[in-house]
This record gives sequence, structure tokens and C-alpha cells, in this order.
Amino acid sequence: MSQETFLVMRNITKMFPGIVANDQVEFLAHAGEIHALLGENGAGKSTLMNILTGLYRPDEGEVYIQGQLVNFHSPREAVDAGIGMVHQNFRLVESLTVTGNITLGAKNEGFWWRPRIAAKKVAALSKEYGMDVDPEAKVWQLSVGEQQRVEIMKMLYRGAQILILDEPTAVLTPQEVKELFSSLRKLADSGKTVIFITHKLHEVMAFADRITVLRGGRSIAVIKKEETDIKELAHLMVGKEISHLVNKTAADPGEIILRLEAVSALNDKGLPALHEVSFSIREGEILGFAGVAGNGQRELSEVITGLRSVSSGKIFVNEKDATSANARQIIDAGVGHIPEDRKGMGLVSNMTVIDNTILKSYRSPEVCPGFFLNHRKIRQHAQHLVDTFDIQTCSLDSPVKLMSGGNLQRLLLAREISANPKIIVAVYPVRGLDVAATEEIHQMLVEQRNNGAGILLISEDLDEIFKLADRIAVLYEGRIMSILPIENADLDRIGLMMAGIDGKEVAANGASSAKEV
Amino acid sequence: MDYTFYLAVLAAAVTAGTPILYAALGELLAERSGVLNLGVEGMMLVGAIVGFIIAVNTANPWLGVGGAMLASGALALIHAFLTITLQANQVVSGLALTMFGAGFSSFIGRPFVGIAAPVSFQNIPIPILSQIPYLGDIFFRHDPLVYLTYILAPLMWFLLYWTRPGLNIQAVGEDPAAADAVGINVKLVRYLCVITGGMFAGLGGAYLTLAFAPLWLDGMTAGRGWIAIALVIFAVWNPLKAIAGAYLFGGVAAMSFRMQILEIPVSPFFLQMMPYLFTIMVLIIVTIQASVKRIGAPKALGLAYDREDR
Amino acid sequence: MLVAQKKFNPGYRIRWEKRLVSTPLINFSIPVISIIMTLLAGGAVIAAMGFDPIFIFQGMFTSAFLSFTGLMETTVKAIPLILAGLGVALAFKMLLWNIGAEGQLHMGAFAASGVALALPDAPAYIVLPTMILAGMVAGALWASLPAIPKAYLGVNEIITSLLLNYVAIFWIDYLVFGPWRDPAALGFPITKAFGQAARLPMFGDTRVHTGLLIAIAAAIALYIILYHSKWGCEIRVIGESQGAARYAGMNIRRNIILVMMLSGALAGLAGMVEISAIHARLQAGFSPGFGYTAIIIASLARMHPGWVILVSFLMSGLLVGGFSMQIHGLPVATVQMLQGAILFFLLGGNILTRYRLTIRRKKVA
Repeated sequence: MSQETFLVMRNITKMFPGIVANDQVEFLAHAGEIHALLGENGAGKSTLMNILTGLYRPDEGEVYIQGQLVNFHSPREAVDAGIGMVHQNFRLVESLTVTGNITLGAKNEGFWWRPRIAAKKVAALSKEYGMDVDPEAKVWQLSVGEQQRVEIMKMLYRGAQILILDEPTAVLTPQEVKELFSSLRKLADSGKTVIFITHKLHEVMAFADRITVLRGGRSIAVIKKEETDIKELAHLMVGKEISHLVNKTAADPGEIILRLEAVSALNDKGLPALHEVSFSIREGEILGFAGVAGNGQRELSEVITGLRSVSSGKIFVNEKDATSANARQIIDAGVGHIPEDRKGMGLVSNMTVIDNTILKSYRSPEVCPGFFLNHRKIRQHAQHLVDTFDIQTCSLDSPVKLMSGGNLQRLLLAREISANPKIIVAVYPVRGLDVAATEEIHQMLVEQRNNGAGILLISEDLDEIFKLADRIAVLYEGRIMSILPIENADLDRIGLMMAGIDGKEVAANGASSAKEV
Repeated sequence: MDYTFYLAVLAAAVTAGTPILYAALGELLAERSGVLNLGVEGMMLVGAIVGFIIAVNTANPWLGVGGAMLASGALALIHAFLTITLQANQVVSGLALTMFGAGFSSFIGRPFVGIAAPVSFQNIPIPILSQIPYLGDIFFRHDPLVYLTYILAPLMWFLLYWTRPGLNIQAVGEDPAAADAVGINVKLVRYLCVITGGMFAGLGGAYLTLAFAPLWLDGMTAGRGWIAIALVIFAVWNPLKAIAGAYLFGGVAAMSFRMQILEIPVSPFFLQMMPYLFTIMVLIIVTIQASVKRIGAPKALGLAYDREDR
Repeated sequence: MLVAQKKFNPGYRIRWEKRLVSTPLINFSIPVISIIMTLLAGGAVIAAMGFDPIFIFQGMFTSAFLSFTGLMETTVKAIPLILAGLGVALAFKMLLWNIGAEGQLHMGAFAASGVALALPDAPAYIVLPTMILAGMVAGALWASLPAIPKAYLGVNEIITSLLLNYVAIFWIDYLVFGPWRDPAALGFPITKAFGQAARLPMFGDTRVHTGLLIAIAAAIALYIILYHSKWGCEIRVIGESQGAARYAGMNIRRNIILVMMLSGALAGLAGMVEISAIHARLQAGFSPGFGYTAIIIASLARMHPGWVILVSFLMSGLLVGGFSMQIHGLPVATVQMLQGAILFFLLGGNILTRYRLTIRRKKVA
């Protein structure tokens, strides 16, 4: 491995209103290495890389590339300097073709847009790096893995020497992760610098050469992989011992409380997203849905909560037919919902803590006996929730957009739990939260399960599923591959099923469970 | 009624459609870059009066057209500054532009009410083409500004779909973050599209005072700017479809005008309502079809882009 | 947090910094500043036209606010502005762009006139309530025309509601030039005068009429609906986030239609009070663009019913003052131009709610 120091970021400071995202961060990367930028959510990793790619401007600090001081005013300048970033939410224009996206804004393309000729160049590039993708396909037609390849090729097309990937594995199956890193290793061997942002320790140990750890906006350590282990990294990343709150006892399932019979549904584009999904959840158990995002998770949570209509099949809540119930009837039937998009759906960012606590209960007789809202009672209730669930907020009357992600999620859960739900649909409930908040949210969910609620947990993080679920279902292309009791599930088998390899082929045990509804 | 009546109506449809077409092409360009400009009506009015004033003072209609485009381009610049740089609400800013334009045109136009333009664009039949039966009468016996649209609309189509700048405009309108990430200057593209679009709106306005009806009346655009905005939706943001749409709308206006002359026993007020009601009907039908076919506006239309939004 | 070992070099930098919440002071001062800026810019234009702007503005202010008759006239014109402004503010609060207040106002005036003309001999306690009801229903129905396609098909309500303004005005023209024209009016496009019973009573000898009480009552009612009722809770949530509203089980379609209709009803009521109290007959061109001014009022008042009342008085003063400008030889359109300019400055000033200007010493590591 060549040890030329290719990139130096010195003393980087960047402030956003109310927070210091980067505080005098130091970051060095060599040519030919795969460098992991490790840190919790909110540690400042993305901010640092956004500064490197010219998206943000640092308040202080310098960036050197090959010893040259650079000062990027825009992403274009960073791209021209050979820096390419693959963001977590891909920056692709969905309505354009793969070729259109890869060549978009590139230099020396001339005035005319000639799709055929450009497609040939893209095909050649795709061959050179062994990344298979149809140059003439529209981006919205591609799978998430293919879109990621388009993003990487887009950067290679511009002659990127430094390739940055932000949480590249979040949307991939374990098998796809291996493929991705074997491609990245090839790129590194050809002399490029590969940086990937992550908070997953085993990924770092498996694929990185060196690791820079960020914590609370500061750079804490730079280590070679051979000189460290998972335990040390965990300690560096979190900074303190994590008290494991979650104390899960064996499940004691009661009556069936939610049942889906051969439910099919369409996605927003009008294409089939769920195919004859059947399962049931009992009181006092957590059914975890594993799977790569985009395989029908969103549609599944929406058909249950009345936000999306089914194209066929039946849904029973508490053994009553709720197939055509609307969102309001589902709420009234005792179904709580922790949606994926907490700022755009679960809470109203610009409204106050108080207003958000009555987002669903504003029509209940306690809150609104007649035509008028009982403001005194609403305030008391909100105060009670804030106290009970230890929600940090400056005032009940300040907009919730000022709160941190962990507090937002606590508020959301507090509101949902205070309605005493019989069923909770939790979609990516800890996405973007730090370790401490994650533990608390998990603890809250387990408590609800112990109190007899049936919980449907959708997650892309297998660790979370294994930690919380009593049974695991795997969703692939809108179908349930298999439903396994937690005792019979292991990581490899679930990983294969997430990639669409049939549960029955994986294990005989799984097959019998798959029939269960 | 013999066929000459229909030919006359169809030829009138082309002239009546031309100012709407200019305005619609301009709005289309702005919207393709993701900026909704509801100030078309105001920009047309200002273009109409500025073009008229210059033509009256210089006796040169081409100078009038140039002045109209500069004036409406300047108004569009206000909208661009407010919505792109200051990230103000595009709807409200457009409404402000329409109100300001209506007031401003009336303000500077007061001395010119009722004056006939000393010069205006005259019909110049195109040799050979104007001899084609039917088509020649409908399309090739007009003034130069009509002929200009025959070139301009296909040119804009070509720009949008077959050139790199066009691809960049599409990307900026669909996904500004993606465009920004590959180094396209989102704000610059939007500024250029909004200002150019405003110039077209002014040209459409100038067409009214310099060719269509060579005189100035307060508020003489009479909602054409709004019809142009509807036309952009009708045309599914495609310049070529905008041509057909403009002549359709022009045809309805021409029909209602001809029917008034023919003393059809319907109140002229009802006939005057026709273009507006027709526009609403078309808008409803187009929206239904768009939702069935799942085609629609540029995805980022109406949204400000802020790179550092977290 | 920043360490003291840093060297400081002299020099400052001024920059925009984002802020997450606005302060009440800023919310209040932006409209005030935008009005001042408009006067400055307007003054420059007036000076460029060869007039003395200070003299003109003084004249405007005096005639609108400092003389008794002027103040009364300002109050009279504020009444329809408050009602229409409330209607627009309600719709805008839910991010429904009802640009059709002008048309809804005309249709309200039409329906109220129809009642007044049909019941020439009925007593006031029958005619007036019926006129109010008819005006509101007509405005609401007219507003439902853009609302229903918006709710069920997603048809752009900005364009449809605006285009319907033209249709409504042609409809009034048709009536007053045609079937409803008073044969005794010597060809003027007006209907017969209403009976005394169809006229809203005036206060004393002034032209200020009881419509003022209706307007204030409407503002209070709207405030209570928005901030103290469960319906208002839905309206505010839908206006902030449709996703959250759907999630919370709110019926967005129904609210689009209801809110738009109530918005239209308020505009229709504005038409009714104006036609009943001031004109006492339906006539062409009775509204100097109340429905459009209402858009500016709603924006300046930030959709708050209480502020709508205050801003309406200011805008009314601008209208009344505008007549005094005419005496000095400036066109009426000056007012419309200034109104548009206020909105520009308001939009520009809004950046202060999202950014603050900071001046800090330059630091070099």
C-alpha cells in the first residue's frame, strides 16, 4: 500500500445554529487506502465530508490535497479537484437516464447532448471498473444497489481520486455489501483514496485499512485496523460505557391482535409493492421485519395504519375487519404508529411541543369536550409527558424543530404510548439517533410489549431486530420470505433471505415457520 | 358560412394564440428550472405598455419589442432575486409581481390611453408558403412576430432535449441537490431561465400593443398571462405541445370574438367568459390525465433550493 | 468552546447566519419596515415624475387619517377589506391559494342584490339576514368551484380561482347591462335602488355602517376557530404539514373544500356589506379590487385575524389617500403599484426571520 498522504484536513470548525458540528477536526487520508470515518450519529462525519466536497464552507480550518491548499466555494471546484462523494440519499435525477446522470455537468462534454454517443462512453467505463448497469435505463427504474453503482461511476467519470461514501451499506444486503467493498478495494488498489462514513464497527474491522474516529464533533483517534479491535473502537466512538437498559424477558404472547391475509398493495408509482403478505401478531410480542429498504416496508406500514389502500387481501385489527378503515379509524382502534419520517409525518416541525402532543388526541372528548379545546388540560398533559419521558425542551411553547433527534423521537413515542395502543407499528424507530437515545427507545418498546402491546418493528439494522424481536420476518420485493422464531434465526440465513434466496432452501426449520400466519 | 369564414377564424386563432404562446414559452422555461412565476400577467402588461411607449416615441416597433423585453426581464429579475436568492415564497412573489405590473403599467400608461400606435407590425405573406391552399392562409399571412414563434418554440424544444444546457435545466428543475452535487450552478441556471422567461412574457405583451390591437388599454392582457400559465400545464412542459395548445386557446378566443360580430343571439358577456371557462375545463381534464399517466410538473417546481438546509 | 490559544487578527466579518426561530420583534417589524421602504421607493418614483413626494404623502396621510370625513371613509373602505382579508387569510393559513376573493365578492354581491330586488317590501329583519346568508352562500359556492377539483383531482386552485374572477365580473356586467338594468337609469349599467330595508344601518350621519360590527365579529369568530377549536387545529396542521395531517387521521379533502368555502363565504359577505350599505344597488365596477388587496392584507397580517383588522385600515387608508393623489394629478394606479411594492419588500424582509446578520471578529488559527 502506498503511504503518500493525499488529503489533509486541518483544524476544521463548522457551526450550525445551536450546535458546533465540527470542532477543530483533523483528518488525513492516503492514496490507495480504504479509510473509515467512524462515529455515532451526530458526531460530525457528514459535515466534515460535506466541507471536503465543497457543499459547506468551513468557519475555520484548511484543506490540502497533495500538499496544495484548496479552498472550495462550490461542489464543482471539489469535483474538479478530484473529490467525489456518494451521499446516503443518492443525488441522482430520477427522470434522467443512467448516462444522463453520469455525464451531467461533467467538463468537456460540448454543447450537444447526444444520448447514444454518451451511452457508449458510459458502457466503456462500466466495463473498465466491472460495474454492471444499463446506460440507457431511467434511474427511477433501478434498484438501490444499481443506483449506488451509478453514483460511484458518476464520480469515476469525473476522474475522482478521492471517493467518499456516506453510510454506503445502510441500503444493501450483506451479500451486496461484500460486492461493494470488493469493487472499492479494486479502486483503492488502482491508487484511489476511498473514504467511507459509518457507525457499524464490524464493517470497519472487515473492510477498512485505517480508521479515524469522530465524537461530538471532534476527532478522537486515528488507528490502523491491525492495531485495534471492536471493543476499543466502540469505546472510542461512544466515549463512555453504555448502560444496557434493555432487559428483555421471554415473550408471553396472548391473543392475536393484528392479522393480515394475503394483502397486496401498490406503491406511489402505481407498481405492485406488496404481494399477498400474510402474518399475524399477538399481544405481548414483537414481530421484526428485516429487509433492505424499498422492499415494501413503507407500504406495509401504511396499509396497516390506514394511509394506503390495499389492492387485495384483508386486514384484521383485534379480529375485526379493518381492511378499508381510514387512518382515523385505525387510530381509534388503538394502533400507534412511529413513522419513518418523524419530522415530516410524525411531528409538525414548526408547531409547539403542546400542539404536537395533541396531534392525534385533539378530537378526543378529554381534550375537546365540545367545540373548544381545553387548553389547560392540554398543557397539563404535555407537561406530564415531558416529565415522565424525560424530554429535553426549552419550553412547551417552542417549536419542536429546535429539539434534537433523540428528544423528537421520545416526544413522538411519549404521545403514541400515552394513548395506550394495543398495536404499535414502529418504522426505523432509532434511525439517526445516538447510542444512548437508541437504548432508551428500545427500552420503551420492550416495556410496551411486556405490558401486552403487539409491536410490528420495521428495521434495516439486523442488530436491532435480533435485540428486540421475538419473531423475525424477512421482506423481499414485497413478499415475506419467511417468518422465524428468534431462536431459529441466524444472521447468515436472514442475510440470504434479504437477498431473495428462498427461506425454504435455507433451512427446513424456516419453511415450517413460513406457513404460520 | 363558407370555408373562408373558417379559414379566417383559424388564421385569427394563430394571431390570438401568439401572445399566449410567447408568455407560455417563457413560463415553461422558468418552470423547467423549478421556479414558478405567477407574475406573467404583470410582466405582459409592462411589456405591452413599454413596447407601446417606445414605438410611439421612436416609430420603430422593433425597438419597442426590445424595450418591452428589457422591462419585463427586469421585473423577472425582481422575482428571481426574491425567490432564488432570498428564498421567498414563489406563489406570493408572483402575485406581487402581477399586482405591481398591473399598477405600474397603468401608472406609466395613462398618457397613452386611446392613442393609436403610429407604427405596428404588418402582415407579410411569405412567398410560396402563403400560396399553399388552406395552410398558407392560416399560417403564412401574418406579421413577423408570429413567424418568430415558428422558430422559437422548436428551438426551445431542441435546447431542452438535445443540448447540455437543456439537460442541466432539466436536472435543476427536477433535483437541484443532484445538479448542485455535480457542479451545476443551480442559482445561475434559475436566474437565467426566469429572466429569459420574463423577457418572453414581455414580448407576448408587446405583441398585443404592437401587432394584435395597436393601442393601449389598462389591463388589456385580460388574463392572458394566467391562461399562459395554464397552457404550460396543458403542454406538459413541452414547448412543441405549447404551440398546439396556444392555437387551441387562441381559437376559442377568436371564436367568441367572431360570434359577437355575427350577432349570435347569446349575450356577448357569456361569449367573453368562454376562454376562461374553457381554460378551467382544460386544466381539469389535463390534471386527470396527468395523474393517470403519472406525468407531471418538474419535481422541484415551487421549492427554493438552499444548499446548507439541514 | 473555542480555545483561547488562538491568535486574533484585527478585522471583522459580516455574514448571514441561519436562525431557526424568528422573534416577535422581527415578526412585527418586517411589515412596518416594508411599508416604510415602499414609501421611500414610491417617493422616488413620484419625485421622478416631477412631483414633491413629501407633499403628496402628507396629503395622502391627512386625507386618509387626519380629517374626520377622511377617517370615516377609511373606515368604510376597511370593512370589505377586513372581511375579504379574513377569507384570504383563512385559506392561506392552510396553504390553499385562494386568489378568487374578487370573484367570490362579486358573487356575494350578486346574490345579496338578488334578494334585495326580489323582496322590495319585506321588513329589514327578514331582508338583511337573508341577504347576508345569500351573499355568504354564493361566495362559498363560487369558491367550491376551484375547491372541489383541487380536493379530488389536485387541479391547481391558483389558476382556477383567479380565472373565475373574470367570469364573475362578466356575470355582473351581463346582469347590470342586461336583465337587471333599471329601465329608468338612462342607460347606466345599474340596477334599481334597493329598498331602505335592504340597507345596513349607518352610525349617525356618517357613512360608517354596521358592516363594521359584522367584520369585527367575523375576525373574532375566525380567531376562535383557528386557535381554540379542533377544526382550527386541523387547519393549522394541514397548513404546516400535509404528511402529518394524513398521519393524524385528518380528512384533507373535506378540509380543502370546507376551508375554501368558508373563505369564499367571507369574501361573499364582503360583497354583500359593500353593496347593501354603500351602493344600495348592484352596479358594474363597484369593487376597486378589494379581493386582490385582500391578498396583500393577509400576507402582511401573517394570516392572523387580529392583524387583518389593523392592516385593513392601513390599506384602506392607502386607497382613500390615493384619491387625494388624483387631485394632484397622479394616477390612481399609483396605489396598486405601491401595494405590489409592499409585498415585494415584505417578501424580501422575510429573510430576516430565517437569517440574522452577524458581525464578528475574524479569527485566524
